[in-house]
Amino acid sequence: MFERRIIFHCDMNSFYASVEQAERPELRGKPVIVGGNEETRHGIVLTASYEAKRRGVKTAQALWEARKACPEAIIVPPRYVLYMRYSELARQVYSQYTDLVESFGLDECWLDLTHSLHLHGGDALLVAREISERMRSELGVTISVGVSWNKIFAKFGSDHDKPNGLMEITPENACAVVWPAPVKDLLYVGPATTRKLARLGIHTIGDLACADSYALKKTLGKMGLVVQEFAQGRDYSPVRSLTALEWESERVIKSVGNGITVPFDVEDERTARQVVWLMGESVAQRLRAHGLAARTIGASGRDFKTLASRSRQTTLPRATQLTREVCHAASDLLVGDWDFAHGDKLRSIGVRASNLVPARGPVQLDLMGEQTRRQELLQLDRTVDDLRHRFGNGCVKRLSELTDARLSALDPERDNVVHPISFFA
Amino acid sequence: MKGIVGRTKRYVTVVSQTDETGEVTPLTIVWEDGRRYGIDRVLDRRQAHSLKTGGTGIRYTVRVGGQATYLWYEGPRWFVEAKETVMPD
Repeated sequence: MFERRIIFHCDMNSFYASVEQAERPELRGKPVIVGGNEETRHGIVLTASYEAKRRGVKTAQALWEARKACPEAIIVPPRYVLYMRYSELARQVYSQYTDLVESFGLDECWLDLTHSLHLHGGDALLVAREISERMRSELGVTISVGVSWNKIFAKFGSDHDKPNGLMEITPENACAVVWPAPVKDLLYVGPATTRKLARLGIHTIGDLACADSYALKKTLGKMGLVVQEFAQGRDYSPVRSLTALEWESERVIKSVGNGITVPFDVEDERTARQVVWLMGESVAQRLRAHGLAARTIGASGRDFKTLASRSRQTTLPRATQLTREVCHAASDLLVGDWDFAHGDKLRSIGVRASNLVPARGPVQLDLMGEQTRRQELLQLDRTVDDLRHRFGNGCVKRLSELTDARLSALDPERDNVVHPISFFA
Repeated sequence: MKGIVGRTKRYVTVVSQTDETGEVTPLTIVWEDGRRYGIDRVLDRRQAHSLKTGGTGIRYTVRVGGQATYLWYEGPRWFVEAKETVMPD
């Protein structure tokens, strides 16, 4: 018989906005929106305070829409260094209760108190309240805490009582509390899965828990069975002692991608290829840094007007980590998919490398001696990587970046801070 | 009428002592005009949020000239909740 675990999920409410309100008392009690830069067309709501949410502002909404919903909202730019500091301070508080603290993004953490709860009095709800109170007095932000015997239901608990909430989900009350909730409230059930489940007549978490596993597997593949286990509370994944950054390095990398919302509309093939090269170069650089090579290259574009995005991918004859091969494949895909001559314009462009294999694996040589040329190109790429590592990203630039002032303003590395969070390590 | 109308977060120069365990003890607060205020004693030390001026850090409750006041270490800077006063009419 397994010992029943005691897992907390602590979620800092409206994190960016709460930190701004904690730092600037004049913002307290007011509708605050932390928003991206509109001039570079990143003008969306990153986080809204509860006062703004009550007036209809939603996360990821365009800022002009948010202003319409709440004209008196105070819009402030994000300060990531500050948010990282608060995230670290929160982690320090959690670490005083257990050594098993697993970050899930900057604002969420799981804590496993199974073996340390007795040191703090033995009452899980009292400890949860104490942590919540400390966050308010020490950091000036509120958190919601979910307490359960597994990570999935602990997260459900913290999501369901906001702000400043506390919810305990036990095997005794799970059927009454969790199962009536819509299936989208479960971790890893997104809009696409919700639609597919609806077609099977599955609308609540309870429906999912009791559904026919064969039908689920047929519709959703392996993930169908995984989310069903989640719905049944059968999650045995450990709380791993990891910070948000460690998550990135521990994670098995399945793909490397880079995308950018361009500050201008891309309306001709030449510019499109240049932007793809900028993105592709950083993708190839990251492949080399991780010692990986990709067999599949994908390119995506988003229409400037409808904002609809399309992506295409191709499998290469051999795995590559060469900038030249990644960029050629991606730019051909993109240019083949969009008709610039007939008015297509792009707002954002992305490049993705997947189907990854270790770069040091065996290579099938060809009779034409192309491998020698590839070795030379790899050497060249590595030299550029080394220069950039030592002297900064801007020390070696492509000619197109120097001749087109609009492109020189784009920094593919800086604009693509990865928030690498996946539940599955 | 003269009085305190509010508080602002003001970063200040602090002369401090770091012992062999890494514990930091503030000794003197140096105001922007050069005035120096010796700290008689540290009464308390804890992580805390400043409700009045915003911000968080290690809050030292210190006695200066017989009065208890707060001094925050925000790492690597120090700040106080400075009084905002109005002059007499």
